[in-house]
Amino acid sequence: MGFWDRLFGKETPSKEIAKERLRLVLIHDRAAVSPSLMEALRDEIITVVNKYIEVDERSMTVDLKTVDSSVALVASIPVRNVRRGRLA
Amino acid sequence: MGEVYVVTSGKGGVGKTTTVANIGTALAMCGNKVALVDADIGLRNLDVVMGLENRIVYDLVDVVEGFCKVKHALIKDKRVEGLYLLPAAQTRDKSAVNPAQMKEVCEQLSQDFDFVIVDCPAGIEQGFRNAIAGAEKAIVVTTPEVSAVRDADRVIGLLQPTNLYPPYLVINRYKPQMARRGDMLDVSDVQSTLALDVLGVIPDDEAIVVTTNKGEPAVFKNNSKAGQAFRNIARRILGEEVPLMELEPSDGLLGLFKRIVGLSR
Ligand SMILES: Nc1ncnc2c1ncn2[C@@H]1O[C@H](COP(=O)(O)OP(=O)(O)O)[C@@H](O)[C@H]1O
Ligand SMILES: [Mg+2]
Repeated sequence: MGFWDRLFGKETPSKEIAKERLRLVLIHDRAAVSPSLMEALRDEIITVVNKYIEVDERSMTVDLKTVDSSVALVASIPVRNVRRGRLA
Repeated sequence: MGEVYVVTSGKGGVGKTTTVANIGTALAMCGNKVALVDADIGLRNLDVVMGLENRIVYDLVDVVEGFCKVKHALIKDKRVEGLYLLPAAQTRDKSAVNPAQMKEVCEQLSQDFDFVIVDCPAGIEQGFRNAIAGAEKAIVVTTPEVSAVRDADRVIGLLQPTNLYPPYLVINRYKPQMARRGDMLDVSDVQSTLALDVLGVIPDDEAIVVTTNKGEPAVFKNNSKAGQAFRNIARRILGEEVPLMELEPSDGLLGLFKRIVGLSR
């Protein structure tokens, strides 16, 4: 990219692209390399959710998904029952 | 008792062997007794980079298998007092050595040397396991590229549960002008991503290619920037406070102008 392109803000500097790609790839790498982290996260989510909602722990999934340029923690937690009057 | 360092990276070709040769030579130039160990069995390189390839008699596998004593396999570098190389075997593979044997060799060497520096093969498999087995400190080398930083991150993750964490970081083949233009990850990008202390930043330098052609480490050259950066690393290892080298050429009026109007970062 030339001087003038940058002056008029036409293009993102390639290092910004590199940084963003690196950030996304490392989120996945680090999560994949450390299954124990994902497991601990899953267990804690269950503990919290279980206070309010009775869930089916065995069918629950917790995953990292890349959507466009961001990574989302996507949890699917089948509900068995809602505990009555928790917030009352 | 000396200290055992391993130089590793995950990705190949980022400058591990170059780093071992230059830091080792610089440490010896500062008056230390240094043993360089090539753990890249089957793909030995350190001997060639050091220019010692014609003097090999025994190698690491011979030592491990008991054909000779460590001191008989060590090649003395005649250019610097106190510098020695333990070459890798070329005709064997990684499985010829196991981590326990490697640890034993490093322990023996550390009795007689101030520094033992192990050159790790690329990858994270057995060759890596062997290379780190006897080490007390690790240096992770990366270049400012997505793939190299990613692999470095993986290696750092593998070191995390060991005594080698946190390793030091060396950023190699840095091009200050490109970083300034925003076309290369800069030192702080790499440093903050990997969250390690930076032991040194080595510029991309033709002198590395030229000196490697000749088999003489760049630290011998006073006018090589990379050589100076490696000498600075040696001094830091020895406990001196040496600020990171100024890599940017002074950029004159145009640079000043660009900075004022915020065009360079
Ligand atoms: N700072 C540098 N500037 C220019 N070339 C370099 C630099 N560092 C390494 N190189 C070159 O890159 C190549 C790979 O280096 P090497 O040390 O063999 O990497 P590794 O041991 O990690 O595979 C070699 O040809 C080497 O001369
Ligand atoms: Mg190498």
